[in-house]
Amino acid sequence: MPETIAFYVFSAIAIGASALVIGQRNPMHSVLLLIASFGALAGLYIQLDAPFVAVAQIIIYAGAIMVLFLFVVMLLNAPQEDAAEWDRTHPLRQGVLARFGSLLALLLVVELVWALLGTSDVDRPVGEQAGAAGSVRALGKVLFTEYVFPFEATSVLILVAMVGAVVLARRESDES
Amino acid sequence: MSAAGAVAGEAAGSGRGALTVDLRLLVQLAVIGFTFFMLINASALLVYAERKIMGFMQQRYGPYRVGPHGLFQPLADILKLLMKEELTPKGADRWLFTLAPILAITTAFAAFATVPWGAETTLFGLLDAPVKLGASDVNVGVLVVFATTSMGVYGIVLAGWSSNSKYSLLGGLRSSAQMISYELSYATALSAVILLAGSLSLRETVDAQAGYWLGFIPRWYVFLQPVGFAIYMIAAVAETNRAPFDFPEAEQELVAGYSTEYSSVRFALFPQAEYINMTTAAAVATDLFLGGWHGPFLPPEYGWIWFLVKVAAILFAYIWVRWTVPRYRYDQLMQFGWKWLFPAAVINLIVTAALVLYLDA
Repeated sequence: MPETIAFYVFSAIAIGASALVIGQRNPMHSVLLLIASFGALAGLYIQLDAPFVAVAQIIIYAGAIMVLFLFVVMLLNAPQEDAAEWDRTHPLRQGVLARFGSLLALLLVVELVWALLGTSDVDRPVGEQAGAAGSVRALGKVLFTEYVFPFEATSVLILVAMVGAVVLARRESDES
Repeated sequence: MSAAGAVAGEAAGSGRGALTVDLRLLVQLAVIGFTFFMLINASALLVYAERKIMGFMQQRYGPYRVGPHGLFQPLADILKLLMKEELTPKGADRWLFTLAPILAITTAFAAFATVPWGAETTLFGLLDAPVKLGASDVNVGVLVVFATTSMGVYGIVLAGWSSNSKYSLLGGLRSSAQMISYELSYATALSAVILLAGSLSLRETVDAQAGYWLGFIPRWYVFLQPVGFAIYMIAAVAETNRAPFDFPEAEQELVAGYSTEYSSVRFALFPQAEYINMTTAAAVATDLFLGGWHGPFLPPEYGWIWFLVKVAAILFAYIWVRWTVPRYRYDQLMQFGWKWLFPAAVINLIVTAALVLYLDA
């Protein structure tokens, strides 16, 4: 019973905060709500018997990536997102295009529901499906044997992005 | 709260009578409450210790008027801060301005939740089953401490941003850049110890350090990981925004940095969070590198005395460094963090991993 209550509380926070992220005028508030959403997700991971994934979620997303987001928002110091005139008259907000956008959103929701309904073993506890998620040792072993190629490929991808960012930043400083 | 729940679940699972379950839960709650109480005391005591040691190093008395040897000075300080008027600057983001100090203090307390501070004890035979000294015991304890400390930056960053003042904003910006930079070295230094211990649980790491080499050298990881210990301590000073890395509140440049616009209790929470963070960093260093509650002369029942002594020694070093080393320049801080400390931590980790693999095989 307490688990069920906790599940609904975490889910409500995750969904509610994510919905509010879009609705904020102040980008700073959006960032904070996103952090709250990540925190609630970490709570759900703990309920799924995956404490390591939960802690990794907090360290990487809430603790590192969102700090960078916050850093950028503060540096740009953009107080009001939709204050500018061009934003309201943006072509994407007009007539047909706006309707097309909401159609795409609806399509996404339908697709998500369809995918969830197609998944047969949602009600089985995660621990049974893969003991990997629970223990760090097992997770590490799986990552470095079975999934070593995707793992390394992802690392290279991130490295490429980082090198690209450095190159872009340097070129700008050379010109000025 | 989750810790209490976990203990209750564990106790219920063991199939004992209802009375025993309640007793174990109560004892665990008492341990959590005691840990909380001691952390509050630690922050007050550190204010006093800092001023007294600073006085000693500058050849003056330090506080000595309030109580014997000025021992009640922290109480007087707290009372003074409580009496002040709470100000909110015009143009500040009211919600975030109030939320920031709360976040800072909450994360500071929460970070200590998985730090064990004593061996299992029955409290001199008072209890029928041994109780673990420490708020809660999680099998990914090291990571929980690290995750919670890394959330602590939000308090400072939000304080800086919501104050709507240039000094505060600069302090907050510096703090986020500094903490991201030094978190890497901090985590890498921790990883080397995790490799040695083969466990992410702080309690298991401490117990792996029991005993002696050659009969007299304690098996503490500081002897296997001297470089790691040095990196950890330097990164911890930067993480807790202490001198010589106290750029977020560098008074010559930024008035008081992120806390410039704060007053009264909301101001008091920032230094308190800083002192509690120091205590946590020292306690984690004790658990990971200095053998926790293991030490000669004392029976395991009194191991917490060793723990206190080691934490106090590290905290003294913290204060000692603050009043000895002048503040760096900001670009020097970044250079040092990225070009020296982080590579050193990575090399240390690789060498440790290779040696562990070689010796295991």
